[in-house]
Amino acid sequence: MDYTPLWISIKTATIATIITFFLGILISYWMSNFKGKSKGLIDGLFTLPLILPPTVVGFFLLIICGKNGPVGKLLELFNTSLIFSWAATVLAAIVVSFPMMYRTTRSAFEQIDINIISVARTLGLSEFKIFYKIAIPLAMPGIIGGLVLSFARAMGEFGATLMIAGNIPGRTQTMPLAIFFAAEGGDMQKAMLWVVIIVTLSLFLILILNYWSEVQLKLMGRRTK
Amino acid sequence: MSLYINIEKHLPSFDLKVNFEHKSGILGFLGASGSGKSMSLKCLSGLVTPSKGKIIVNDKIFFDSEKAINLSPQKRKIGYLFQNYALFPNMNIIDNIEIGISNMKNGEKKSLSKEYIERLGLEGLEKHYPWQLSGGQQQRVALARALITSPEILLLDEPFSALDQHLRNNLEKELMSILKDYSGNVIFVTHDIAEAYRVCNDIIVYENGVSLEKREKKDLFKRPKNLSETTLTGCKNISKAKKTGKYTIYAENWGHEYIVKNEVSENVQYICIRAHDIEVCVNDETVNTFPYIIDNIIENPFEFTVYMKNHTNHLANIIEYKVEKKNMKFSLKDTVYLTFPQNNMFYF
Repeated sequence: MDYTPLWISIKTATIATIITFFLGILISYWMSNFKGKSKGLIDGLFTLPLILPPTVVGFFLLIICGKNGPVGKLLELFNTSLIFSWAATVLAAIVVSFPMMYRTTRSAFEQIDINIISVARTLGLSEFKIFYKIAIPLAMPGIIGGLVLSFARAMGEFGATLMIAGNIPGRTQTMPLAIFFAAEGGDMQKAMLWVVIIVTLSLFLILILNYWSEVQLKLMGRRTK
Repeated sequence: MSLYINIEKHLPSFDLKVNFEHKSGILGFLGASGSGKSMSLKCLSGLVTPSKGKIIVNDKIFFDSEKAINLSPQKRKIGYLFQNYALFPNMNIIDNIEIGISNMKNGEKKSLSKEYIERLGLEGLEKHYPWQLSGGQQQRVALARALITSPEILLLDEPFSALDQHLRNNLEKELMSILKDYSGNVIFVTHDIAEAYRVCNDIIVYENGVSLEKREKKDLFKRPKNLSETTLTGCKNISKAKKTGKYTIYAENWGHEYIVKNEVSENVQYICIRAHDIEVCVNDETVNTFPYIIDNIIENPFEFTVYMKNHTNHLANIIEYKVEKKNMKFSLKDTVYLTFPQNNMFYF
């Protein structure tokens, strides 16, 4: 049996989650302090990939990154293309997992007692110091939650990946794609094997998430048990 | 030590207008909740930017809308004690205290934090986290954290309001003894009349976002100058008033004419007396004495509140009278003579 879909999935989800992690923290912190009128609109755009069917997300990515799209034309200058490459699986995973990270982290930042941030300002702490010494540690349970959800979403990505990365065994075929094509080809045993692997991995992730946030909450005394 | 503030800020619920000058001692802000006391502190500390005006502390311009000066909260060096103390829950006590002086050299920092930990009686708690401390200990940590930066001015925003009554009194005493060693200006925000009286030297009353004239506290309680000061200092008996002579005032809601000591101004509007200041007499031979019927009696832990109905004019307002338990000798429907002593009445 060929296990490359497992490695491709893990590699894709890991790289995508790392990028989503940093991007998500920065953008959600910026948004939680943003007071402008367009806040609702910007928030909507960041959340959209969560609501839209993955095929629609894939369609937009295809238009932007395809041969005639702005990004596709730019890449053509360097004699490379994104479509049907492994990088496309990463891109699809980033776009669909970003809203998970963004929304969970933003609400964690917004739940921080405003007085704590205010008192830090009056004590002379720079805004950057407030961010990494106070806001990040206080939002940590939410950040971890967002991280695990993003990873799970990135690993489960199917629709957008199929549209912009295709189903090339050994290159862009991730586990969800392998399940679909195995089942379609009538190889139910193979499909079942992939299903078991995905369910086990996801369950494991959720257990880690629960344990980790419990530890974080205990550290700050929000749970005393 | 000096503080000058003259600012305006438009807010959704009211327009904030603050204007006063303060030289020394503890200044109290007294007002109902949502009257702009806390918002004033936020403007003073730079957390909120006023629409226009000027703030000068110890000859340093914090804010001047005309000169486009607006120092950030970080540069204002203000000690701000929040109602919930706002300790950093992710740091232990020593880190909480040292965070404001993290730019100092290590040795200097350690000796300074040691000094404050001793001064505020926090020895042994250095490695604890805020959630492991009692309310009183948390307050001392918050004070140490603010005082260690030697702030230009200390702002205390209802520091006792989250505590039980008996804890409150102890913490108040503690706070007062700590503040004795602090030479800067202190602003103390509260809605508790008795607390304001005990803690502060001068008091400013807030009325719908507007700061009224600064008053010496004894003077404020003895002679309120307007309706807000009267009600906020706890006066229960207030009547609309009309001048009837050079030294006489007719109280419309009480249905009596009173002889007063000082000349009455033409536009006198209200006449008031505190429930404690009314006296009971055996007959109506003293000045400003009128017959009343006891309408209702309410028992408090240490005193009675007696509601008195005008004997002759039944449309007149009920008068509230307070009497200590040991002096209580009335029962319902008794007729008594109430004297409104000239020294205790005030009118404006």
